[in-house]
Amino acid sequence: MTEVPALLVTGARPYGEEPTDLLLAGGVIAATGPDAHRHPAADGARRLDATGLVALPGLVDLHTHLREPGREDAETVESGSRAAALGGYTAVFAMPNTDPVADTAGVVEQVYRLGRDAGLVDVQPIGAVTVGRRGERLAELGAMATSAARVRVFSDDGDCVADPLLMRRALEYVKAFDGVVAQHAEEPRLTVGAQLHEGEVSGRLGMTGWPAVAEEAIIARDCLLAAHVGSRLHVCHLSTAGSVGLVAAAKASGTRVTAEVTPHHLLLTDVRAEGYDPVFKVNPPLRTDADVDAVRAGLADGTIDVVATDHAPHAVQDKECEWDQARPGMLGLQTALSVVVATMVRTGLLDWRGVARVMSEAPARIGGLADHGRPLAEGEPATLVLVDPDAVWTVRGTELASRSTNTPFEGMELPGRVVHTVLRGWPTVVDGRIAAAAGVGV
Amino acid sequence: MTAGIRTPTATSTQPATDPASGTAADRVADPVGRPGEAAPTTVGTVDTPGTGTVGTAGTPGGPPPARHLLSAADLDLAGAVHVLDTAERLAQAIAGREVPKLPTLRGRTVVNLFFEDSTRTRISFELAAKRLSADVINFSAKGSSVSKGESLKDTALTLQAMGADAVVCRHPSSGAPHRLARWVDGHVVNAGDGTHEHPTQALLDAFTLRRHLAPGVTGRSGLEDRTVVVVGDVLHSRVARSNVLLLSTLGARVVLVAPPTLLPRGFEHWPVEVTYDLDAAVRRADAVMMLRVQRERMEGAFFPTPREYTRHFGLDERRRALLPEHGVVLHPGPMNRGVEITPQVADGNGSVIVEQVANGVLVRMAVLYLLLTGGLDGAR
Repeated sequence: MTEVPALLVTGARPYGEEPTDLLLAGGVIAATGPDAHRHPAADGARRLDATGLVALPGLVDLHTHLREPGREDAETVESGSRAAALGGYTAVFAMPNTDPVADTAGVVEQVYRLGRDAGLVDVQPIGAVTVGRRGERLAELGAMATSAARVRVFSDDGDCVADPLLMRRALEYVKAFDGVVAQHAEEPRLTVGAQLHEGEVSGRLGMTGWPAVAEEAIIARDCLLAAHVGSRLHVCHLSTAGSVGLVAAAKASGTRVTAEVTPHHLLLTDVRAEGYDPVFKVNPPLRTDADVDAVRAGLADGTIDVVATDHAPHAVQDKECEWDQARPGMLGLQTALSVVVATMVRTGLLDWRGVARVMSEAPARIGGLADHGRPLAEGEPATLVLVDPDAVWTVRGTELASRSTNTPFEGMELPGRVVHTVLRGWPTVVDGRIAAAAGVGV
Repeated sequence: MTAGIRTPTATSTQPATDPASGTAADRVADPVGRPGEAAPTTVGTVDTPGTGTVGTAGTPGGPPPARHLLSAADLDLAGAVHVLDTAERLAQAIAGREVPKLPTLRGRTVVNLFFEDSTRTRISFELAAKRLSADVINFSAKGSSVSKGESLKDTALTLQAMGADAVVCRHPSSGAPHRLARWVDGHVVNAGDGTHEHPTQALLDAFTLRRHLAPGVTGRSGLEDRTVVVVGDVLHSRVARSNVLLLSTLGARVVLVAPPTLLPRGFEHWPVEVTYDLDAAVRRADAVMMLRVQRERMEGAFFPTPREYTRHFGLDERRRALLPEHGVVLHPGPMNRGVEITPQVADGNGSVIVEQVANGVLVRMAVLYLLLTGGLDGAR
């Protein structure tokens, strides 16, 4: 690793607790508190004023769509990396539904290399479970695992691994390298032509419903399969109250299942579809207030392990059209932390330690990133984010770093602003602006 | 929002979960639309989420005129009655003329923008516009740039540039007219969007019902406490959605009869009764409205066979005979004779199906007239 200039972070409040100073040197937290000033590297260290800011381990997103290769008009690894760093992330897992699909060692290594070139966050590719994400036969999971990208998470996200036998085999197969299958839980026969949550709103708006049971049936089945073969299962973007109950029951019986919820499912409901603006079209769809309450409670009590963005940039023409012609998905990287602050911290459901758990520690652990989600303590990686918890900002899609603008939070005032992001001692974001590439891969 | 607006669903949607969600602010909160307001002084002011072009609260001197007709829910009681009364007046005005044509919309351009084949609806709107002396342009998806991949937005901007005063939009996607209304300055009339709504069909049905069940009535609904039974594929029917909204606005009782597979989730929030027993429903009906069964439903496992559907949900002469003496039979067309309705019933006593077609022109004249002449003020 090249020499990282030492950085003295002053006045930061780790996990929102007592303020302290942190000396970052050699890519690690070299000293804390009064020791930070006595450390030899403190002399001539660049100072970063973090008075009043909350320090958290760098955020880790287990579910990002970077669109490269294939849809560079919507997002690139570079633009997505900027959005991630500005959102407080130091690592993102890139979903494989690119064109070509990331179902071979070659493609995952390409994405991995693009991430290193961008140098703002660790881009960890996710590999497809099946060839072409077609759900017919397993992709070369072992080759992706042993590639330079060291893939550990596999997903056909965007589509469900619906065939139960194929899902069983995938769960079994990835055990050899402690992999995990991240399932997009959607029973395809129950969601033919589905446009939004099946309920009062879909009935009134005259659009084909996406019933909660289509998600829950797959989660129930997969939990049983994971228990049967003793494998790790991760549930992507869990969205219904019923799903929370199923995961809680599976965990209680010892099944190795983890689950994520997206920021938009923590905040928005299906009534947003009134007006037919496809910026609110997403898969799984926005649900009801009862579901929002349930996923918040599930996140607070640990049933749901992770907040993952499902950051899904789409080109303007794929959203500026009829609802049923539009692509599903919404931006998330730069708004995730603020939405979590609004829905979980301000409501008293999570403290800052809890935020660190669900947005950094748990996703790093599930995805197998040893250098992320670490404690803010001496000797640990200098990978952290500094957040102004009191700042309020107004979301503007055109001001986000993404190449797309499809944020569902347009015009909303959200609390909590990322001020600085530091990756292994390199400040990637300073004062809310991209600082410099961090030399990630060096 | 303003008096003309009615948001029947506002009470059934959930409260915002927290201040940051902003959902409360989204919601247009005017539960009743001031039906008690004295005279029918407004055609329903239109404001749907997303269009947001009119309907700022508390406009002095009453609500601004309607800009679009996207949903039957856009009409409150006074607005709906005003459309029906206007249609009656237009009928009388035309009846006295040698040439059945009024000069009212001379020089105005009405575009029929049809992304879906519907000859009868297009012709009805075309005739309506021509009887008001408007210039009519028919823009159909087939053989146009739309089939070459031009987006709805580009089509809208093209029509905008050409100066369309009104755009009558038929589209296979639910909500397409709502999107269109964001991109054009002209007035948008929803002529059927996907499986969502078809408000002018509901207006012509109400007009037809009023002529039969409350002949001569103007200035009020005339359908108060009347029972209208709507039978068939409610799930996919834009006609049913618009009729449920409009008929309940007009004070009628709506009974839905359908196999459970063809009822939408959440119908318990609708202002309707639901039953699976057509015989019982017909006995207490003032009108029966049969919905068309689409061929693809027959193949989509919504019911076992067309024959079984017909047996349980078709209107034959035996069932027709259960209808009270004054009762009428409606069908929005086109009919599947022998499936949801027998030819004997379609052509027999109490069938007002052909009248519906004629009334469609009158009601569409009224809608175009009111929208293009500034709503109310022009109608006085």
